[in-house]
Formats: sequence, C-alpha cells, structure tokens
Amino acid sequence: MDGVDMILLTRRAVFCASHYYWNEAWPAEKNEQVFGRCANRHGHGHNYTLEVTVAGEPDPVTGFVVDLKWLKDVMEREVLSAYDHKHLNLETPEFKNTIPTTENIAIAIWKRLEPAVNSEGGASGGGATAGRAAAGGAKLSRIRVYETPEIFAEYRGEA
Amino acid sequence: MKAYFGRRYMVSASHRLNTEALTAEENRAAYGKCNNAHGHGHNYVVEVLVGGAVDAETGMVVDLVALDKAVGERILDRFDHANLNLDPLFADRVPTTENFCTAIFALLCDALPGGELEHVRVEETENNFFECSARG
Repeated sequence: MDGVDMILLTRRAVFCASHYYWNEAWPAEKNEQVFGRCANRHGHGHNYTLEVTVAGEPDPVTGFVVDLKWLKDVMEREVLSAYDHKHLNLETPEFKNTIPTTENIAIAIWKRLEPAVNSEGGASGGGATAGRAAAGGAKLSRIRVYETPEIFAEYRGEA
Repeated sequence: MKAYFGRRYMVSASHRLNTEALTAEENRAAYGKCNNAHGHGHNYVVEVLVGGAVDAETGMVVDLVALDKAVGERILDRFDHANLNLDPLFADRVPTTENFCTAIFALLCDALPGGELEHVRVEETENNFFECSARG
C-alpha cells in the first residue's frame, strides 16, 4: 500500500471523574495563584469525553481497520475501569506524582492504550483474537480528551 | 513531551459575501443567499489548538486564563457582535469563513502566551467548518 488507503478510525467514550491541580513543590499561595479554582483540595469533577483514534488500512476481508467492539472493550478495560467515577489524584497511580491536567490525562491514556492497541490491534487475527477481524498494522494515532465541550487536550505520541 | 491544548470560543458576527470583481448578477450566482444585501450572521465557533511541551511544574501546554486573555483581546473583542465586512481586514477581501479563518490564524500566531499555534478551525454552522495550520 502506498499510504492512500490509510484510514483514521475514532471511538468516543465518556468517563466521569474528579481531580484537583496541586504542585507539592510549591507553597499553597502559588498553587492557588497558578491553578485558581482548580486548586481546591476537595476536588471537582467533569464528564470527560475521550476520543481514541486508530490509524490503519481496512482489512481486505472485513473492511475493518479494527473491530469497534474490540476497541470499545480495550478502552473499557484499560481506561474506563480505572478512571470512571474515580478521583484521579487519589485512585490512579499515574497521578500520584503528576498533576491530572487534561494534557497529562491524554498522555496517560495513550500509555494505557498503546501496548494493547499496537499489539492486539495490529495482529492479523486468529487464535484467541479470532472474530475481532483487526487489520494488520493498526496503530494508535491520537488521544483527545475533552474536559468540557470547550476545553480539550490531545496527544499524538512521540513525534 | 509534546501535547496539544484546544479551546473553543464563540463569535457572533454578521457578514455579506460580495465582491466588486463580479457584477451584481455574478455575485448572486456565486454566493446565493450569502449575497443578501443586508447581510446575515452566524454563531461562529473558533477552535484554537496550541502545541508545545507539557510544562513539568504545571502539567500544562499553555495557561488557559492567559490563552483566553490573548484570544479575547485579539479576536473576541474585535469580531464578536461585529459586522465582518466593516473590519479593515476585509476591506478588500470577501469575509468568507475561509478568509476569516486565515485572518484569525494570522492575528493569533504571534500573540500566544505559550506554545505554537497548531491550527485554527472556524465552524460557521454545525455542518461546515474550515481549518488552517502553520503548515499551510
């Protein structure tokens, strides 16, 4: 293939989580000055919308880049089960020492999904993965996280 | 680590698509309803995407409040509740959403409080939108 048949496929999901912004290395006044209302230590929450984009070529038999049900299950297993209805600062290991800004959430979700998508999603099918009908070579392309409909962050991996 | 921060703003403005390079009849043919002599308006959604390294101390590509201030001063104060045709930028350019999009990009690209302007997307309605980036 010369690349013209590459397709970007995106699946959305929503997770509801709480968080706050706080840099432990700073005094309280600086945290409050830089992060404003987001520094409230009791936390606040959002209905985050997650968009996971996978790039690949449609399988010649199924016409799928990846099976959407499989992608949905991977997102559920790797991300939503850890983030939905959770406090990100307190309940997810990646934000123990990293501020859960929307940018960092996008990066963390990439790290959670990349191993599964790029190995399982890139497999040619068969065996335990039969029925998923993934095309060969599908790769994670982009993670976009909407904190509100007007605010979002995106991560595209290491360029 | 490079990431992108995106923000969406609303600009309510009026415009009329008409060019002196064409006759009245040709303008009507080219622009249809958008050529209405009295103009019409949209709730434009302006999406600004900023790329850059995630700051290790703040976890941010760009500070939201500072970005809002820059976009407010450069874009919203200028175009919200205005008639685009009367802006000097459109004195000799038709205020199509393509031209509005590139004008916003040019006004913002050296005004950001951090990061690089990756793209500007302007949504004229829910069904059509225009995007331009530094790569052209």
